[in-house]
Amino acid sequence: MPVWIYISTTKFLNTLLIIAGLIPLAHLIYLGYQDALTANPIELITRLTGSWALIFLCLTLTVTPLRRITGYNLLIKFRRTLGLFVFFYASLHVFTWVWLDQSLDTDAMLSDVIKRPFITMGFISFMLLWPLAITSNQRAKNILKRRWSQIHRLIYAIAVTVILHYWWHKSGKHDYAQVSIYALIIGTLLGYRVLARYKTL
Amino acid sequence: MKQKLNLPSINPSEITPPEIYARRREFMAYGATGLLASTGLIPNSAWADTPQKLSKKTNSQYSSMETLTTQQAITSYNNFYEFGTDKSDPAHNAKILKTNPWVVHIEGLVKKPKTFDIDQLLKLAPMEERIYRLRCVEGWSMVIPWVGYSLSNLIRASDVLGSAKYIEFISLADPAQMPYISSPVLKWPYTEGLRLDEAMHPLTLLTFGLYGEVLPKQNGAPVRITVPWKYGFKSAKSIVKIRFTEHQPTTSWNLAAPSEYGFYSNVNPQVNHPRWSQATERRITGTNSLISPKIKTLPFNGYEQLVGSMYAGMDLHKYY
Repeated sequence: MPVWIYISTTKFLNTLLIIAGLIPLAHLIYLGYQDALTANPIELITRLTGSWALIFLCLTLTVTPLRRITGYNLLIKFRRTLGLFVFFYASLHVFTWVWLDQSLDTDAMLSDVIKRPFITMGFISFMLLWPLAITSNQRAKNILKRRWSQIHRLIYAIAVTVILHYWWHKSGKHDYAQVSIYALIIGTLLGYRVLARYKTL
Repeated sequence: MKQKLNLPSINPSEITPPEIYARRREFMAYGATGLLASTGLIPNSAWADTPQKLSKKTNSQYSSMETLTTQQAITSYNNFYEFGTDKSDPAHNAKILKTNPWVVHIEGLVKKPKTFDIDQLLKLAPMEERIYRLRCVEGWSMVIPWVGYSLSNLIRASDVLGSAKYIEFISLADPAQMPYISSPVLKWPYTEGLRLDEAMHPLTLLTFGLYGEVLPKQNGAPVRITVPWKYGFKSAKSIVKIRFTEHQPTTSWNLAAPSEYGFYSNVNPQVNHPRWSQATERRITGTNSLISPKIKTLPFNGYEQLVGSMYAGMDLHKYY
């Protein structure tokens, strides 16, 4: 395959992926426009953006196993886009909490971060996402070289803190149905890597 | 008159806008006022497609003057875990609940166990409309025009023995009608309880209606209690059994997470939930709630003057 076709194909597919990744946001805006954000819009927006950040995290973590299993190496070209969507929806999630939910009340937020373990985990997750987002461009990759992949292993820690964030959020109501599914998916994706490392899957 | 409570669910198009609701007496004058007075109910046939109205007098002494939450919001954002854990689940899943015939059993420390069917209960005392604040333990609140009468009316009709100190409310737990009854979220049936003096307090409302109509199923039809100075989960829905006891009854949420949901669960901005602050609440009005700032939560949900004396000398941090 000539190089230019390869490049334009991945570019095209990445553009499609970006459009697809914006559909949940468009849906949210549509719901707002339809006045259909339920009786508690802030809660709905917080939950939907949080869920989408988690879904994109799962997708990001799926790239490597899928590439190995299928041998379809082109997939790696979409990992950055998927990872940036994690950051995008996580930012909207945090922004909703900071601005709409807490009305920028720094004291209230700070005490929540310190006192409430599920918020602590959410806060840690978001902080850990920053270095990944900042170093997501090719230039950073070139400069950081081997360090880059070390930094980007943070995604595994984030996967764990995010699940804890969600799990503890649901703990008071014993409502683990959904979070269990995500935990299982994340567990499988991380477990695959552990096995791949020691057993050459 | 048969099946009079078994009515179609409310379509958004049928929901009364607040401006019309404000003129409800005028509106109801078109209806069979005479019949309303004699039976307390309008027959089904006259209102084939509209939810059934309940005649009532406004109890202004116990009513809040705050802006009402819209009927749409009150009936679409519910915690009723028997029908699902999402707020929108009950409105979808409770449709199949059969609310007539319905019998409430009175048992425990009473002279003789009794049963009241829903028609007897509807006629036991005059209906009042009371606009109460509802504060959910999750940190949101609404202002709701309930219809009912003080629970004390039913307690007086129950010949309770002197040894009774507590009252226990048991909600329906029918797996055939309640799809989530098999879920491990709570131990079913849903049980709640009050101290007898709390139950006898005139504010404690045996509730049959909302916005002048019989309770929508997702709001706990056909009969529930409403205890406005406590977190919402204390107000048990779709009650089938009331038991008088000497000892403090176990309650579903207390059993599930004792550190989070105490027996008393009086609204208290000073005592935080382990996972969030209770100092503020988000008022759900049903309009413009996206940018509404949180408001301060009041001790006993603003009913301190009326109920505070019942807890005089109690350590409310200990008995949360």
